Amino acid sequence: MAITTRKFDAVVVGAGGSGLRAALQLAEANLQVAVLSKVFPTRSHTVAAQGGVSASLGNEEPDNWHWHMYDTVKGSDYLGDQDAIEFMCRKASEAVIELEHYGMPFDRLDNGKIYQRPFGGHTSNYGERAVKRACAAADRTGHAMLHTLYQRNVRANTQFFVEWMALDLIRNQAGDVLGVVAMEMETGEVMLLQSKATLLATGGAGRIYAASTNAFINTGDGLGMAARAGIPLEDMEFWQFHPTGVAGAGVLITEGVRGEGGFLLNKNGERFMERYAPTVKDLASRDVVSRAMATEIKEGRGAGKDADYILLKLDHLGADVIDKRLPGIREIAIKFANVDPAKDPIPVVPTCHYQMGGIPTNMHGQVLAGHNGGATVKGLYAAGECACVSVHGANRLGTNSLLDLLVFGKASGEQVVKDLASEALSHQDLPKDAADRPLARLARLDSAKSGEDVFEVGAEMRRTMQLHCGVFRFPDSLAEGVRKMDEVSQRAGQLFFKDKSKVFNTARVEALELENLVEVAMSTMVSAHARQESRGAHDRSDFPNRDDAQWMKHTFWYKDGNRLEYRPVQLKPLTVESFEPKARVY
Amino acid sequence: MSELDRIRWQCRRGMLELDLVLSRFVEQELDGLTPGQLQLFKELLNEQDPMLLAWVMEQEEVPGRYDFLIRRLRQV
Repeated sequence: MAITTRKFDAVVVGAGGSGLRAALQLAEANLQVAVLSKVFPTRSHTVAAQGGVSASLGNEEPDNWHWHMYDTVKGSDYLGDQDAIEFMCRKASEAVIELEHYGMPFDRLDNGKIYQRPFGGHTSNYGERAVKRACAAADRTGHAMLHTLYQRNVRANTQFFVEWMALDLIRNQAGDVLGVVAMEMETGEVMLLQSKATLLATGGAGRIYAASTNAFINTGDGLGMAARAGIPLEDMEFWQFHPTGVAGAGVLITEGVRGEGGFLLNKNGERFMERYAPTVKDLASRDVVSRAMATEIKEGRGAGKDADYILLKLDHLGADVIDKRLPGIREIAIKFANVDPAKDPIPVVPTCHYQMGGIPTNMHGQVLAGHNGGATVKGLYAAGECACVSVHGANRLGTNSLLDLLVFGKASGEQVVKDLASEALSHQDLPKDAADRPLARLARLDSAKSGEDVFEVGAEMRRTMQLHCGVFRFPDSLAEGVRKMDEVSQRAGQLFFKDKSKVFNTARVEALELENLVEVAMSTMVSAHARQESRGAHDRSDFPNRDDAQWMKHTFWYKDGNRLEYRPVQLKPLTVESFEPKARVY
Repeated sequence: MSELDRIRWQCRRGMLELDLVLSRFVEQELDGLTPGQLQLFKELLNEQDPMLLAWVMEQEEVPGRYDFLIRRLRQV
């Protein structure tokens, strides 16, 4: 079968913040850029980012990038690479001001400068006191950012392939990446997009968990593609959780509910936080509350028929207080939990929010070929949540996600421009079997007359991850989780759906997405099982402390053989003194 | 059929809340819409995510022509 091939200087997969920022850099350098996206660009998940973007502009009070860097290193629980963190924090102000010049509608002070507000973990003078560092556009920062970058790309003649899904990377014998194989959803047609440079910006894969705040599109397509192409995934055991998402839905219930006097109950109606944090109780920090909730569920005191959630009670506050002090909470609970919190408690669980790990890159967005040394994959770049630079380490500092995609979206774009100008990259002949692997996957799916149901296998994966590799991790449970993920992975090789049509076949797309999610889930489970310490978001019952002597290193998971390797953390920044590991207390 | 399939896919959004509301709506209501309502629904899907969410969550005034659809979205 003849497959159409189209040639571009660069192909960017994903049109969220990092993909758009990278594409802009390329298009403004007059390169021919194709950006692929499953959904219209401004419907990427970046749109859900509300909090803001951090930069030590010092518009309201003294601030500087050293302090931002310290907060980021500490927040990462000393797993972040300090050279990349220095790079990001130094570039932050420039990145934000650049966006301002592009027309981003930041909130402003009376003097016209960008307004900045305090945010958890942002401090001045190395942890001394809170500092105003977060820049926002009302509560729609991500939305405003996407719009600004999208408009700018349109002006720069970036070519968008909307409602296209990338299936696999094209790699030759030498290991160079020469483009992607992609599918147009409207027709089901598969095409080869040949490029000198390929940049993955596919976002996070939070949909591996039953409880997730991520949109349905967040299926880790770039990570699946990388894993299948033999590229390792880094630090996949680290996922950020929020204590109170609506059970079964994932929609967040703000921590303000507990601030106003709401509290958590187990199935016996016991206010269990009194046992875990006798003084502050339900107002303990996120990790303490999440851990207590997970322990109650693990020990059989969860509510509901499967004993798998906790109850958030606020009816004692009265409808008036709820409406006045917690606007929107009643509507959210009624719509997504089917309960009126003025009468009944809301079922909640710790809910996955952000992926710290990803495709390993250096600070120029070049993808690392392996755990040893600095060798990179020629022609392949990654940025944003799908990448692991690593600036977030074991735990991301709030508002650093939008900063990450601006700084490393641009840096990777700049690197591509440089590599193309130096002719280090050119169009190479595509291998004859370039599309064989994805075409075989599609052919198997399209011809299967029976097999495993996509929804059921997906549900089993999400349950397994939630139960065995959630916010608080138990050794016996992790071992069982690895066994279960083996089964899930086997089943995912036998997916089947009835509707074989080619046109906007959602079942077909969901099968392809699930194959990607399973790679991510497997890497997470195996990496978490092996890491015998607690650090940042990876919290183990049997190893409650951080172990810098053994574990201050990055995990590299290889799909081939389900194998793990490790790489030391880069403690040496670019120009300043290293921040030596200390206990992380706030 | 393909037009409905396209609409189903375009209910994939950047925000989880909208994914949940729209997927329920599509399951329960899409087949029952009149051609006129379907046309309006397609237009509604072209609106921005935060605006769509604000309408569904009753935080912003809904433009008259979307009244019916937003009411249905709130009920699913």
